Amino acid sequence: MTTGALTAGRTRFRLPRKQIPVLATLALLLVMYGIGVSQYTAFSNVQVIFNVFIDNGFLLVVAVGMTFVILTGGIDLSVGSVVAMTAMVSAALLKDGMPAALVLVIALLIGPTLGLLMGCVIHFFEIQPFIVTLAGMFFARGMCTFISGASIPITDGFWTAMSQERIGNPRGNFVSISVLIAFVVVVIAAYVLAYTRLGRNVYAIGGNPQSALLMGLPVGRTRIAVYTISGLCSAIGGILLSFYTLSGAPLIAVGMELDVIAAVVIGGTVLTGGAGYVFGTVLGVLVLGVIQTLITFDGSLNSWWTKIVIGGLLFAFILLQRLIGIRYK
Amino acid sequence: MNDTLSRYRTMTGHRLFWPAAVLFVMLAANTIYRPGFLSIELKDGHLYGTPIDILRLSAPLILVALGMTLVISTGGIDLSVGSLCAISGAIACMYISKQPDQSSLGVVVTALAMAMGVSLVLGAWNGVLVAVIGIQPIIATLILMVAGRGLAQLITEGQIITINSEPYRAIGLGHALTLPLAIFIALAAALLVAAFTRRTALGMIIESVGGNSVASRLAGIRSGRVIFLAYVISAACAAVAGFMMTANVSSADGNAAGLWVELDAILAVVIGGTSLAGGRFFLSGTIIGALIIQTLTTTVYAMDISPQTSLLFKAVVVIAVCLIQAPAFRARFSRRRRNVPPPAPVADKPKEQVPA
Repeated sequence: MTTGALTAGRTRFRLPRKQIPVLATLALLLVMYGIGVSQYTAFSNVQVIFNVFIDNGFLLVVAVGMTFVILTGGIDLSVGSVVAMTAMVSAALLKDGMPAALVLVIALLIGPTLGLLMGCVIHFFEIQPFIVTLAGMFFARGMCTFISGASIPITDGFWTAMSQERIGNPRGNFVSISVLIAFVVVVIAAYVLAYTRLGRNVYAIGGNPQSALLMGLPVGRTRIAVYTISGLCSAIGGILLSFYTLSGAPLIAVGMELDVIAAVVIGGTVLTGGAGYVFGTVLGVLVLGVIQTLITFDGSLNSWWTKIVIGGLLFAFILLQRLIGIRYK
Repeated sequence: MNDTLSRYRTMTGHRLFWPAAVLFVMLAANTIYRPGFLSIELKDGHLYGTPIDILRLSAPLILVALGMTLVISTGGIDLSVGSLCAISGAIACMYISKQPDQSSLGVVVTALAMAMGVSLVLGAWNGVLVAVIGIQPIIATLILMVAGRGLAQLITEGQIITINSEPYRAIGLGHALTLPLAIFIALAAALLVAAFTRRTALGMIIESVGGNSVASRLAGIRSGRVIFLAYVISAACAAVAGFMMTANVSSADGNAAGLWVELDAILAVVIGGTSLAGGRFFLSGTIIGALIIQTLTTTVYAMDISPQTSLLFKAVVVIAVCLIQAPAFRARFSRRRRNVPPPAPVADKPKEQVPA
């Protein structure tokens, strides 16, 4: 915060610098993959990469939504709970015998509605996003156990079909439908951020909300929109998670918001807003996925090493962003 | 009439009015629902009763929230306190469990000193990241929040370590002067922090750094040192809270100890009227905030609702208290109800919010 003087001298070559974090993430991903391939023969199987996508498809979708929020300089802590609530609501409604299409529509409406409400409170009443989304997180998690204290299995035909459908080549490599949905979300989000008015507004507000307002940009509408988008992405993520686990559990995806924020930061998006790419977020999610795969392959390392490594990586990437001096206030 | 109205206004305008009113309403509702709620009885020279329980259980939260208040008033935030609780508890319990005589006072003191030392180092790490390297507080402490949980599990090797140490247990469950010891520890910490911040210039310096760290630096305050100090104090408070949490159950669980306490602490601070943007802090408000949160939890337990569902109530209370305190909401509300023109725009424009 007191670093204006540090960064002042380095404003030359600004454009390429903006890409450095993403390139560093890409390099890290390749290095980690290289380590995996050199250590374990089974790692070179293409299916390993596909599995990373299959296991982290929902994380990817949620992280894309979080990228929008973080780009405006906000934060959304409610994503993990909204994911769980969406999965829980779908499971409960399906259990009551509601048709799958209707359940899908209802489940996809809950997240954006909550996001819209949180966005309105943040904008109209000027309460910090951190607190509002924290309340949203409590609310959604509370709703989960309110619906049911125990896990609800899903036996619906559509859900099981989506879960078991494998799209692959004759050699046996496959991806699930969730991965395709995740890709579609990523492509749409990347398009919206890069080529639409909304996307430019998001970057402008993240850069400097006051200037954006003075320029006549719809700050309020955009800010509410990003929380709604994040809610929608969490809802889609929740549906994908319910495809993946075929159940709704009240305590699923606890602490997921941290993974999501970590993925977005490792992907090069700056938390003060205004700089970052959806592509970086994809890389960030892949880095987390590959770390988990490496630790699973190793076998002797315990699960807590995942956390320590993620913490270390967070540190390294933030230090990198700091050193190259992009847009830190 | 006019006099009563103005008095009413000054009273509702007081920063502690709404948090205290919420606490009072919750206590009253509890008493109506369960007439025995406020009763306290003396057994074996110790006081027992729900109010005492609330005080005892809120002690760790008060401690964490005190440190958090200082950090937030410098314009930062400390997400790592939960992990620090887990680490300090894990180190203390690990050391005690390895000793032949677990109940020896020397062992316990050594364990506490070791755990406190490590916590101070970790607090200094946070402080260096924020004050020296200049990383955003929310991210700088997120590192330790994620990695610290892993470290705590590494220390306990993923196990739940149980100990059988009377002096250590006393930190959480001991009694002094008929009241639980934990209350006195929290009270002592609160008085200590209050004395250092309100009886010396430190409090004003912290607020000025939170208001504008660059301006304070130009005015001759070493902003960096003040921010660094806030994170170290926060870590120390979290460490003591970690001792209490583990002493309450005589075991250390790297996974569950202090889970989400950072969120509760931030809530307590915000409910108490301290702005997340920094610049002003209210220790008494923080303590009331912590009591509100603990009362809510106890109420929900007493009403036989599952702990997870209690989050619903927490969400409602949080949003209600924050809305009541939000100037924008008040302006709208009073405009509509009294049908008078809104007050002239307040001179100080809302600060740009950096941390969240």
